Amino acid sequence: MSVLVAGRRAVPRKYVPVLVTACLFAAMFAAGGLRYDSFATGQVVLNVFIDNAFLLVVAVGMTFVILTGGIDLSVGAVVALSTMISASLVTDQGWPSPAVIPLVLAIGAALGWAMGCIIHYFEIQPFIVTLAGMFLARGLCYTIGTDSISITDETYTALAQARVDLPGGMSVSPSVVIALVVVLVAAYVLHYTRLGRNVYATGGSEQSALLMGLPVARTKIAVYTISGFCSALGGVLLSLYMLSGYGLHAVGMELDAIAAVVIGGTLLTGGSGYLLGTVLGVLVLGLIQTIISFEGTLSSWWTKIFIGLLLLVFILLQRLISVRRRT
Amino acid sequence: MTAPVPILRMRGISKEFPGVKALSGVDFRLLPGEVHALMGENGAGKSTLIKVLTGVHDIDAGEIELGGRKVVFAGPSAAQQAGISTVYQEVNLCTNLSVAENILIGREPRRLGRIQWGRTRRRAAELLARLELDIDVSAPLSAYSPAMQQMVAIARAVDVSARVLILDEPTSSLDTGEVAQLFRVMRKLKEEGIAILFVSHFLDQVYEISDRMTILRNGRLVSEHLTGELGQVELVGKMIGRELADLEKLEGKPLARETEALVEAEDLGRAGAVEPFTLTIHEGEVVGLAGLLGSGRTEIARLLFGADHAGTGSLKIDGRPVSLRTPRAAMNHRIAFCSENRRAEGLIPDLTVRENLILALQAARGWSRPIPRRKQDELVDKYISALKINPADPEQLIRNLSGGNQQKVMLARWLILEPRLLILDEPTRGIDVGAKAEIQRLVASLSDGGMAVLFISAELEEVLRLSHKIGVLRDRRLVAELDNDDDLTTDVLMETIASGARA
Amino acid sequence: MNAVLRHRLLWPAVVLAALLLTNLLFTGTFFAVQMRDGHLYGSLIDIVRFGAPLILVALGMTLVIATGGIDLSVGSVVSISGALACLRISGMDDQNTVSGVVAAAGLGLVLSLALGVWNGLLVAGVGIQPIIATLILMVAGRGLAQLITDGQIITVNSGPYKLIGGGYWLTLPFGIIIVLAVLALTAVLTRRLALGLLIESVGGNAEASRLAGIRSRGVIIAVYTFAALCAGVAGLMISSNVSSADGNNAGLWIELDAILAVVIGGTSLAGGRFSLGGTVLGALIIQTLTTTIYSIGVPPETTLLFKALVVTVVCLLQSPAFREKAFHRRRRPVTAPPAAEEKVRVPA
Repeated sequence: MSVLVAGRRAVPRKYVPVLVTACLFAAMFAAGGLRYDSFATGQVVLNVFIDNAFLLVVAVGMTFVILTGGIDLSVGAVVALSTMISASLVTDQGWPSPAVIPLVLAIGAALGWAMGCIIHYFEIQPFIVTLAGMFLARGLCYTIGTDSISITDETYTALAQARVDLPGGMSVSPSVVIALVVVLVAAYVLHYTRLGRNVYATGGSEQSALLMGLPVARTKIAVYTISGFCSALGGVLLSLYMLSGYGLHAVGMELDAIAAVVIGGTLLTGGSGYLLGTVLGVLVLGLIQTIISFEGTLSSWWTKIFIGLLLLVFILLQRLISVRRRT
Repeated sequence: MTAPVPILRMRGISKEFPGVKALSGVDFRLLPGEVHALMGENGAGKSTLIKVLTGVHDIDAGEIELGGRKVVFAGPSAAQQAGISTVYQEVNLCTNLSVAENILIGREPRRLGRIQWGRTRRRAAELLARLELDIDVSAPLSAYSPAMQQMVAIARAVDVSARVLILDEPTSSLDTGEVAQLFRVMRKLKEEGIAILFVSHFLDQVYEISDRMTILRNGRLVSEHLTGELGQVELVGKMIGRELADLEKLEGKPLARETEALVEAEDLGRAGAVEPFTLTIHEGEVVGLAGLLGSGRTEIARLLFGADHAGTGSLKIDGRPVSLRTPRAAMNHRIAFCSENRRAEGLIPDLTVRENLILALQAARGWSRPIPRRKQDELVDKYISALKINPADPEQLIRNLSGGNQQKVMLARWLILEPRLLILDEPTRGIDVGAKAEIQRLVASLSDGGMAVLFISAELEEVLRLSHKIGVLRDRRLVAELDNDDDLTTDVLMETIASGARA
Repeated sequence: MNAVLRHRLLWPAVVLAALLLTNLLFTGTFFAVQMRDGHLYGSLIDIVRFGAPLILVALGMTLVIATGGIDLSVGSVVSISGALACLRISGMDDQNTVSGVVAAAGLGLVLSLALGVWNGLLVAGVGIQPIIATLILMVAGRGLAQLITDGQIITVNSGPYKLIGGGYWLTLPFGIIIVLAVLALTAVLTRRLALGLLIESVGGNAEASRLAGIRSRGVIIAVYTFAALCAGVAGLMISSNVSSADGNNAGLWIELDAILAVVIGGTSLAGGRFSLGGTVLGALIIQTLTTTIYSIGVPPETTLLFKALVVTVVCLLQSPAFREKAFHRRRRPVTAPPAAEEKVRVPA
């Protein structure tokens, strides 16, 4: 709590949740460094980025949706669909990758756009519409094929194996660069464009935004389109990471994305949160997995239990902050 | 006064909702540089007229002319672009955004699509300065009081369009000082030639600020008058459509001092809400609480009902010490509380009138002892006719009723429990004159029947008329307890509130 | 009131009937119910039998959703309850003792109950948004179930345990009897007694309900507990049917199907009014859909596609906005002014 109290005086309160996540990340990293040799290196952090670049991109899209007070359950399925379409077109049909990737991105965006339209114009809850979208996208995966399709295309393999060297002997994959570009563009959009501000306004109070004459319809449809696009891009990155397309890829990724956004301090009711928080949320989730793999003897299900506990701690913390704010 | 050309003219406006004819053939005009009050009881069609005008609803018949040209608005934004802005009773801004954004969102200064935050903030500060306000525009709106938020909403509305400004009950949550500030702003805008449409239930305010008024009743136009040419009694008569002796002083009543003390609060208080206070309420006594908004009136009510926990002091009922930790505990001592915030703390909008009415009784009985349906119907019929709840259909969803009728259902919810102490927090706010008089009469007759009533109202007149004893609050402190004898007038009350001493 | 109720359940009922009739086209004997060895057999019986766990979970979910909440953790509770019961039974010397099986099942249910109370406390006590509060257990619960089974699939060979999900009693599959009993219990609690009114009131306006003297917290904790208990029973049923517990896959995504069933049944996710009959209809639609796809010979991979389609259709038909727009569009050329159409698009 002392961190919090000190923080409250120094920084505006709205940054506190992000700050807490940052502190947590630092603490976890320090603890890992003390416990395991060869943990406290820059490359470990970069590996977290490499292993979670696709999740980062998906979580960026999810952040837009959650900021408007909505939710998108379809992201995992759209990721899987994107890997499946990429793999089948590239491997089975022999399409060139420069044609496939834009097509996949367009399909993801179109799916998101359609869901956004249904949510807004027919006033059906986002939870249900995106759930139907999730069924649809997974169903489409299985109609393409029920087995995993491996990708042998040269462009894909080259991109998958390429490394961008950084000073100090460290390196990242091109996917990380793409993910970071997405994060920067998204942050710019959220804070310096009308679309971004409308996202916050809609999340703050949709009715007010409407009465203030803001394009709520366009904003809501836009965020689901963005989320669909990000999911498709995440799918492309995942197909680079896995070099395969499979209908069972990314099962439950929507939960990881939501968890990352929440741990990053964004309120699920909408209107409050930052992309930096989401980035930190993804890093925290990735670091848990890294620590568990360093530990070696811990079984994989401990990851889930830890993520659950972490969610609990964060939500209680947010709750505490908001209760204090009221009194 | 026929010389100026109306900026806005509505002719033969009709609007029907499923089952309700909300407006039929209403004419309305608005002149530039005037404050025009739209008067009528709840359900007279004021809100519908405004919503039709701003494009929230489309019209079934009639036409709207703005500046001499026929217009059809597809929505509030289209109306705004044409020069009609609305500030609603409940501030419709985004409290999570900064003040500057709330004023300028959608119209932020940009370069190449990039919002220029510096210019945005400067521009917002200029606009507020025009209204003689000086606040930190980069702070989130949630940091400011409702009154200030209202001013921000007006700043936004004025900047969006400078022709017609609609203020829908802007004063209902403001205190006297804030109302004065609002009126200053309104006069300033009026001088700039803006036409202002003003809706308020406070007659004094209407007479203070408006130049002209249009009266609606049951969705029809009654008449249009210059404010100076229409007396208050006549106005009320036109609004409710019958000769009104209702608002006359109720029968003089004997003080009920010989009765037993029912509730005795001693040094009861809660940090941040209300300073420790001592108050005794006797059986059959009406105790009024007077004070400005935020002076601790509601907080006292909530402590006595167990809605909040008391931090200090003690409470006795029938001379025995009790601790009210939940509303249920208070209900077990037959204390009832009708909240001022009907929508947030009273109504269950999805449920029917019947279900809303029996809710407290059912809660008191617990889930395992349902009230037999026949008993429910009996109770509901009894109170619908006793309180003249309209429409008299127990299976109607309560959200379809007008504010006054909803308030009566809330009252009935507590009356069927036959409480010994009924706490009424602003029971007459935002409801029409007819229902107001009925509720006032009801309070008087309940107290005659032996029920104690704690009556809270912003209208000193009303408190004075009903109460045997008046507690005066100021800055979260109970500063005086005055017997309602012949010497006590609204002036004395106001002075007590202002000076904060006489005890 | 009656008319409204009928109206609300009209479309789900039509969709269910359409699905069943589709089956009849492909399988002439689809509606036939036979008596063999004192047991009832037939496609209709199968639909209810296989749909039993979903109906159970959806019933609990209905009450949670009626309070304005949502419970994402029921799938995890399903796997935890089955896992614990199977673990206990697999450790018994004689897996066929009735008392041992009852104790094991009871253990699973008690843990489910505790998890439900936990959810309820997070929502009502701490005041966390339901979707997040139950997300915690949804994520951690899967891990917990795998922890109980140690990542393995625990198989049991117990006659009494098999009865719960796979056996017959009084000519009917035992699962159907359990569902009927729980349905009757829920209906009595909510409609004969006053619990339903209190739940709808809390879902409609929690603070107003508290000030009307309702113990909102108690009601909320109760519905989450009830939902978890229903999920616990469903978990026993599922693991009993296959005589094994799989911590990873048992009840996977059943929370989503249950929420769908509730929504298809006409209960709003915003809380307030709920319909138990609608929920049962909704769950039957989902189960019939799966059966239909198998029986008409469409590749089972496409089940999800059909599910997406049916969900979208039912939800659209129930959406007032959709109905109004569809209705408006047909009517407009005659009366409505052009403004009505633009309103949909314009707020620009």
